[in-house]
Order: sequence, then C-alpha cells, then structure tokens
Amino acid sequence: MSTPIKLALRGITKSFGDTAVLRGIDLEVATGEVITLIGASGSGKSTLLRCSNLLEPIDDGEILLDGFDIAEPGLDPDPLRRRIGMIFQSFNLFPHMSVVDNVAIGPRKVLGVSKDQARESARELLVRLGLESRIDAYPDQMSGGQQQRVAIARSLAMKPEVMLLDEITSALDPELVGEVLDVVRDLKADGMTMLFATHEMNFAREISDRVCFLHQGQILEQGPPEALFSQPSEARTQEFLQRVTDAGRI
Amino acid sequence: MAGPEPSLTRREVYERERRRRGAFIGATSTIAAITAVVVLVPRAPRWEQVKQSFFDVDLLRESFPDLLRAFWLDVQIFAWSLPLIFVLSLLVAIARNSRSPALFPLRALAVVFTDVFRGVPVILTIYLIGFGIPGLIPSRAWSNPLIWGTVALVLSYSAYTSEVFRAGIESVHESQRAAARSLGMSSRQTMRSVVLPQAIRRVIPPLMNSLVSLQKDVALVSLIGPVEVLRRAQNQTSLAANFTPYVGAAIIFLGLTIPCTRIADHLLTRERRRTGATAIS
Repeated sequence: MSTPIKLALRGITKSFGDTAVLRGIDLEVATGEVITLIGASGSGKSTLLRCSNLLEPIDDGEILLDGFDIAEPGLDPDPLRRRIGMIFQSFNLFPHMSVVDNVAIGPRKVLGVSKDQARESARELLVRLGLESRIDAYPDQMSGGQQQRVAIARSLAMKPEVMLLDEITSALDPELVGEVLDVVRDLKADGMTMLFATHEMNFAREISDRVCFLHQGQILEQGPPEALFSQPSEARTQEFLQRVTDAGRI
Repeated sequence: MAGPEPSLTRREVYERERRRRGAFIGATSTIAAITAVVVLVPRAPRWEQVKQSFFDVDLLRESFPDLLRAFWLDVQIFAWSLPLIFVLSLLVAIARNSRSPALFPLRALAVVFTDVFRGVPVILTIYLIGFGIPGLIPSRAWSNPLIWGTVALVLSYSAYTSEVFRAGIESVHESQRAAARSLGMSSRQTMRSVVLPQAIRRVIPPLMNSLVSLQKDVALVSLIGPVEVLRRAQNQTSLAANFTPYVGAAIIFLGLTIPCTRIADHLLTRERRRTGATAIS
C-alpha cells in the first residue's frame, strides 16, 4: 500500500502583472515525505510555497490538502491555512511579544486555547527545541538561529500537517545554520511532511526524499537526491549545479 | 608632577579638553544672551508702559486664582476630547487601511472625513459646528456650545491623528501579516494582535506632539462662548484695562505644555536609542 498524498498541486499558474512566475506546477507530496525545491533566485520557489498556503492567490490550478481543494474560489482560507505551517527566511517573529507569547499566540487566537494553557504548551515546545533559557526574552535580543527556532516552535504550536520552509537558513550567519537544520532533521524523524526551498545543497541531499529543480516557473526535473545531484539529466540542472559547485556551496 | 594622569589615553585627554571647551563656550554665550536681554530690553523707549500693562505683578497675583479656576474647564474639555480623539482616529485609520471591497463606502467616508477636517482651520470648524448644529436641533439641552465646541475639536484633531495612526499601521512590514495569517489568524485578529500593537508603539512620540497642541487649542472653544481661561483673561483684561491677565493665562498653559513637551522629547530619544540610530553632532 502506498502512503496517502498529503498535499497535491495541480497545474498551478501565477503571474505578477506581465511576469509569469509559476507556469503550470504539478507536484504531489506524500504524508511524511520531505521534498526540497532548488533553483536559481526568481525561479519561483518562494512563490510556490506562498501559493501553497494561500498567502498568494493563484491564477489557476488546484491545491489539494488530503484531496480537498483548498484553493476553491470563495472558500475561507483561515481554517485551512492553520493546517499548513510556514517558516520564513526572515523569521518574522512578532517583536512586541516575548518568545513564549510568540509561540502561544496562534493556539490562543485561532484555536481558542486559554492563555495559561497555551503558554504551558509553548514552554514545553521551547524546551524541546533547546530554548528554555530564552522563554521570556524578546526576539530582538536573540541570535538569528534562536529566532528561527522560535519561529519553528510558533508554527509547530498549531500542530500543522504540512510545513513549508522558505529558505529558512538564508538570513543566518554560517555558524548558526547548523542549529536550525538540526531542528529540521528532528522534524523529519518525527514524520513531518515538508516542502523545503533551500540553497543548502548538502543538506538537501541529506534530508530529501525527493528534489525538484525549478526553472522559470516550472519543475524541470525531479528525482531522488542522489540521482539528481550526481547525474542530472537536464542541461539546465547541470548548469545550475555547476554554478553552485563553483561558488563553493556543495 | 601635574598634567594628565598616566591612565588616560591621548584620545581621552583630547575628548576631555574638547568637553571642557564646549562647556566654557556654552556658559559664556548663555550669560551674554541673558545680559543682553536684561540690559537692552529695559532701555527700549516704551519699556515702562509695556511693563505697566503686561507685567503688573499685583494684578497678576490678584487675577491668578480666578484664571486657575477657569482653567479647570480647559482641563475638562481636554480630558473629554482625548479618549474620543484616540478612538475616532484609530477607527478612521483602520477604515482607510481596510482592503475588503465590501468596506468601500466606509473607506470612502474615512477619506472624505480626513480631507474635510484637515482642510478646514480648527477655528472655522468650531464656529460652524458650534453655531450650526445647535441651530439644527431645537432642544435646549443640546444647544450647549461647550458640547459642540468639544465635538468640533475632536473632529479636527481626529482627522490629523488618524493620519499618524495610518502611517504607523503602514510602517508595520507586510511580512508580519504574512506570519500571522500563516498561523491561521483572520485579518481582524492580525490587525488587533500583531499590527496595531506595533503601530501604536511606533507613533507614540508624534502622538505626544498632537497632545501638546491639543492642550493649547482647547482655548479656541472659548470663541463660541464657554468661559475658560482665555475668555476669563479677556474679561479681566477689559475690566482692568491691563493685559497682565493674558500673561497669567500664558503662564498657566506653559505650566502644562512644557512638562508634556519634555516627556515627548524623552520618549523620542528613547525610541531613537532603541532603534539604534546615533545622533551625529
């Protein structure tokens, strides 16, 4: 028996003005699968993630969550969006709230959990992510790596079924990348379904079940990481990987 | 041996010397300015007459308690207007920032409101509303100029303050909304819990500024009747044929506005320090 499909994208198109950013994306993510999206800047990785949880409305296509089209026009996106977690490149923590409140705000406002209970769960989550000493700190007082881990905790507090990770280590100093990637490893070990846009090729190779190479708004090539990284079949993919290798990023 | 202590670096010695010279120049120029005023003003040809009619100490002492009592009305108008302005301007700012097409009429109304009340001088608004509305409503209970003067003040100030709030709301980066929405929060929850708390914090210094000018502009309500401190001073001035009560009223206003201005400045510097910008001398 094959694992059920958690998230399916069918024929997604999206333009900003005259610029077509996504030109017919088809992608199926099985439950517990980790898929990384690689590709040059502007290839549509971020837009694809933002469309997947309806932060950007799509022009055409279907986004099926457990087989149910959440992009159906006229549907209220809020109750659907909470089932999909998102982590951003620039963390986007709420600067006016302490760490524990950042994590507790989602369950409090969206799920109606009481303040004390939400904080208690938030505390447990932060301890699990090794942030117990920063529970009462404010985002601006922390390192980028810590902030990003808080952002992950904030998203996990909503118990998402899928997580979208948008270049979550790109804004970090090199020595802080590791602590964030460790969290992603743990998430995979827990069986989290993830769609992960990244420039960390080594990590993509290590963690992905499947790698997709995006080029000009289309998935040009996809496959298991070993195959795609060592023997890319498309010339564009080879070219991209060569450039990344030359830049010393592999 | 005299001279710089050995623990000081060359830079520290230089900085100390520079500070000393700065303090000296500051002190000298202050003394020179004060001397100039004290020596030159009394030499003005009509100083004696001016002193008589503006700075009559006995009259000041005599009229001051009365002025202070009248000032209580200013304080009351101020205390009423302040929360009303806060709420109204925040609502207008939120309406202008709304994106739902269903709220178009509200958005349009908010634009017209700010355009009209920012475009008309406060005094004119007070005259028009203070005399116009009681004319519309025959009931005597609602013809109190105090009420309509306050309403006019609230409308005028809300138009200005709503723009301050709007700027604050727009200064909160779009990514904050994205983060809140991705947690499943509705646009209303996002506005309340994420955008507004940050926006209001950022606009506190400019809000303090409007607060200071509101304290003074309360006196404009006197133009349509209520006897507050400016009106009282006017009466006393005509009775005594002497302008000293005006000076008394000015002193009372300064007693309130100067501390407020200092607090506003303090908040501004603190905000600047917090955001990390250093002042360049």
